[in-house]
Parts: sequence; structure tokens; C-alpha cells
Amino acid sequence: MSSNNRPLSPHLDVYRLPLSALLSVVHRGTGAALSIGSIALVYWLMALAGGESAFGTAQAFMGSILGRLMLFGWTFALFFHLSNGIRHLFWDAGYGFEKETVKTSSFIVLAAAGFLTLLVWVVAFTFSSGV
Amino acid sequence: MSLRSPLGQAKGLGSAKEGLHHWWAQRVTAIALIPLTVWFAFKVAVLSQSDYQTVLECIGSPWSAALIVSLIVAAFYHAALGMQVIFEDYIGHKAVRVGAIMATNLLLFLLGAAAIIAVIRIALGG
Repeated sequence: MSSNNRPLSPHLDVYRLPLSALLSVVHRGTGAALSIGSIALVYWLMALAGGESAFGTAQAFMGSILGRLMLFGWTFALFFHLSNGIRHLFWDAGYGFEKETVKTSSFIVLAAAGFLTLLVWVVAFTFSSGV
Repeated sequence: MSLRSPLGQAKGLGSAKEGLHHWWAQRVTAIALIPLTVWFAFKVAVLSQSDYQTVLECIGSPWSAALIVSLIVAAFYHAALGMQVIFEDYIGHKAVRVGAIMATNLLLFLLGAAAIIAVIRIALGG
């Protein structure tokens, strides 16, 4: 039997991933990143429980450039995983599998993640300027 | 008519009847985490520049503490389930795979326990 005419699965080296596939990879990536990033949450709560000086150290680090960069990545990972996770729940319920719907919902997920990330930072900076 | 294979019948091993549990628990925790994470993220944002005493009172108030403990339980459970799937998909070697899942579960449990202890201490003003 000839095996020449069999359909080939897309080879990842020459195949341009559709946005939905890329977002699927990012969903896993952000999930793993958030699992590791949970250490930051534990550290913050532990510092708060540990007293004023421990909390001051934690706040100083989180307020530094490096701390803010990490927190920015953290919040984007959270809101992306959240938005895309909601899309997954719709898929679980059997909705939104049409090709065009998936394309549209991909953009909605990205827009929602970006919007929520910016919003939470705007809130943080608004309340920081001594309101 | 049985749909089971002759080998399956001979070995007498049926479904462990646990196939759905992992999937379902992942969804239940996901749904719980939607409101909890949004609430907590914005709460921390509002408190980001507050002084120690304000943050302590705000995080330690009874409802806050209860919601944060719920968030911690759901989040670490969700993380453990998710990491398990990642390891199952990418680690071919069985002993390494089982070891990685076990180590991750234990570590996430420890982190979750630490976070809960911290919140309890904050709430009770220890």
C-alpha cells in the first residue's frame, strides 16, 4: 500500500499557528506561570501576618521597578487565563465552536485581558496618589 | 452484549469511576475563581499604597478573610489539577511523571496551608 498520498498533519516548523492555537498554548503557559506566581501571594500574606517591618519589606519590593514588572506580568497572566478560561467554559457547554466564532472570541479574550490588566493598574495608581 | 474487550474481561478491571472527577473539579474551581480573583485583584490594587494597619484591617475583616481562604483553596486545588494535566501530557517517563505530580501536589498544599495560616493569623490579630 502506497503511503505517498496520505494527508499529513501540519508540521510545526512550517505551519503558521492560528491565533486560537497560540492562545491555547498561552493558556497553559499562563496557568503554569500563575501556579509558580502563587508564591508571590503567599509571600505577601505571610509578610502581612508577620508584622509591620516584614510587610514594609514586601511592599517596598513590590513597589520597586522589578517588583512592578513582575506584578504586571502576573496580572496579565491572571486576566488572560481568566478570560480564556471563561471561553473554555463556553466550549465545555458546547457553544462557540464555529471557525468565525472562535476567531472573534480570540480577539475578545485578548481585549478583555488587556482591558482588565490596565484597569487594575489604573485603580492601583489612582488610589496611590493620596485620594 | 458487553462492550468490554476480552482482555479487559479476563483481567476484570473496569473503570475506576473517577474519570469525571478531575475534569469536574477543574470546572467547579474555575467558576469559583472567576468572582474571587477579580474581587481580590482589585482589592489589592486599591490597597497597594495603604499603610500597614489599613491593609491588616481590610484583609482581616471576617468576610474578607473568609473569601480569601476560599480563593486560596480553589486556586491551589485548580493549580494542582492543571499542573497534573501538563505533566501527564509532556512527561513520558512514568516514574518522573508520577514524581513530578506528587512533588507539585505536596508543594502546592504547603503553599496553600501557609497562605491560610497567614490569613487566619491576620483575621484573629495574632
